[in-house]
Amino acid sequence: MANFDQNDDSVVVIVGSGAGGGTLGNELAQKGIKVVILEAGARVENQDFINDEWASFVQLAWKDTRTTSGTWRVHQDFPNLPAWIVKAVGGSTVHWAGASLRFQEHEFKTRTTYGALPGANLLDWPITLAELEPYYTKAEDKMGVTRTNNIPGLPGNNNFKVLEAGAKKIGYKEVHTGRMAINSEPRDGRGSCQQIGFCFQGCKSGAKWSTLYTEIPKGEATGKLEVRPNAMAVKIEHDASGKVTGVVYMDGSGALQRQKARVVAVAGNSLESPRLLLNSASAMFPDGLANSSGQVGRNYMRHMTGSVYGVFERPVHMYRGTTMAGIVRDEAKMDPSRGFVGGYELETLSLGLPFMAAFLDPGAWGRSFTSALDDYANMAGMWIVGEDMARETNRVTLDPVVKDKNGMPVASVHFDDHPNDVAMRQHAYQQGAAIYDAVGAVRTFPTPPYPSTHNLGTNRMSEKPRDGVLNKYGQTHDVKNLFVSDGSQFTSGAACNPTLTIVSLAIRQADTISGMMSRGEI
Amino acid sequence: MREIDRRSRVSRRSFLHASATVLPAAAAAATGLGISAEAAWAQEAKTLKPATMATLVLMARDIFPHDHIGDVFYIKAVMPYDAKAGSDPASRALIEEGVARLDADAMDRHQVAYLAVPWEQQRVEILRGVELTPFFRKIRGDLVVSLYNQKDLWAKFGYEGSSADKGGYIHRGFDDINWLPQS
Repeated sequence: MANFDQNDDSVVVIVGSGAGGGTLGNELAQKGIKVVILEAGARVENQDFINDEWASFVQLAWKDTRTTSGTWRVHQDFPNLPAWIVKAVGGSTVHWAGASLRFQEHEFKTRTTYGALPGANLLDWPITLAELEPYYTKAEDKMGVTRTNNIPGLPGNNNFKVLEAGAKKIGYKEVHTGRMAINSEPRDGRGSCQQIGFCFQGCKSGAKWSTLYTEIPKGEATGKLEVRPNAMAVKIEHDASGKVTGVVYMDGSGALQRQKARVVAVAGNSLESPRLLLNSASAMFPDGLANSSGQVGRNYMRHMTGSVYGVFERPVHMYRGTTMAGIVRDEAKMDPSRGFVGGYELETLSLGLPFMAAFLDPGAWGRSFTSALDDYANMAGMWIVGEDMARETNRVTLDPVVKDKNGMPVASVHFDDHPNDVAMRQHAYQQGAAIYDAVGAVRTFPTPPYPSTHNLGTNRMSEKPRDGVLNKYGQTHDVKNLFVSDGSQFTSGAACNPTLTIVSLAIRQADTISGMMSRGEI
Repeated sequence: MREIDRRSRVSRRSFLHASATVLPAAAAAATGLGISAEAAWAQEAKTLKPATMATLVLMARDIFPHDHIGDVFYIKAVMPYDAKAGSDPASRALIEEGVARLDADAMDRHQVAYLAVPWEQQRVEILRGVELTPFFRKIRGDLVVSLYNQKDLWAKFGYEGSSADKGGYIHRGFDDINWLPQS
């Protein structure tokens, strides 16, 4: 395992060890490039994960204070918890559900396909599906995605069987147990899924792909990758020429440290990444690093989400088995006759009793609420993942008052649903209820969006520097040795879970960075 | 399909064991008894008044009523407020003043304290009147965790809890649903 000197200015420093940072770190290390990953959280190995929702939340979740504003209900229900993401080595690949879907071709061209939607700030990606396809293929192989590379699908659990029966009954065609980065058979040194449930609490068996026990140990084995846990990036520094030179971070003891760097890649998820760029403002970059466009922190997307639960006369036990191995894809198409642009997926979802109580209808009490929980064992559940519309005013800013223990302003997240998001959610709630009604639900209810798990768009790619923060390789338009490697790169969010695309972009970015380094361009 | 035995697993022994750190022994005897200030668990409160403890328990049941759940779970959920009040005067004031407000509203409407208001529906109307107060929001918000995160209570809702230690559900019914209509 490598151990680099803090004054070694030949290393690539990556901030974050999740889908973007962990993958990029391993890919670069495999090419012989020296990498230091600064990870804000601790290293928790999978045998230490806890099958207990609240205890696991305390163990893994990013709980540092953030603030919120806007008309989204998360602001009212969870004002200091806008996102449910992970602060630990592996980042949110520790608690992700494993759903691994490719963008559709038109989803890279939202401005062209959807038009100039009022109140939205749509933009086409500077890359196409065709350009990303070879990297999607590599990512699916790396992650062991079911229904690709001749890997069989996962078996359906009870929750899936209810979804499947109802969906087929109302005429949906594309219904299956998903493309999941969860082993349905042993692969890559990891065993197959034991149907434990608790996918969101970290996969104790390791069947689910996570950078924690795939990319990171593989990278470390090359002797070129060092992961520093409990290292919270505070500021990126630059020289008089405008090139970045290193990252200042706080170590586990609370002391500030400085790691010099040849290249810096930011992969701290879509709330912390823009925060770090904004907190790195200087005399040369008064509005924040790489922010000449003013787009850093803007166009925050979180997917149009929500859930539908159905109560049946007899037990379902939805919590048994893989949480999200079940999908209906028929509504992911582009069909404006439904009253909105973009589309959505319906995916199985279950929460344990403690989180069901917390998220079913936050703030609710009384018998309407408790009678739903009384039927917990007879519930089936699904999650809606739809494309939401980028808006300039949905954004991450630096809170003017609240600061962290380093005295740095915390991230403040403002979000208002676009009317298209509202129309799509209404449609999805109705279709979700119809699925359960078709197989005899006695009661269905929509559940409002939870704190965001898909955080996207706050450092978006753009062809023209004035429209976004990054070029098509995730390199900042303003600073040539500064990259962004997480979901904040997304120009649009598409109707699918983002991790596969983040991993594909990271593999591609590793090729870009190593090429530029070998040519002496950075 | 494999269903869950929802009968109470709260034997006196296991309950005492599980709650030894937060609950006076007397509370273990509460199962089946009414909610009153004279109950031993209420009398053992060190900082809050016994009537306050009893009112919190009834309030908890009125906020999250589950008819198949015994009082002991609600008692266990609110008991930590006594220790909290002992170390934090602001908490103590919030709770004692909040309960006093409930009693005052109950006196206005029904000429008795909250604990003596006979029907749940009448008590719920009183709670509706204070649901935006910091006191109510604090109690309701805490209960979401302090009530529903009691492991002894999960089986009563048909939830099985930890699974990896039992080998997951791959051989324990992850796909055993047998009542769906055949398509």
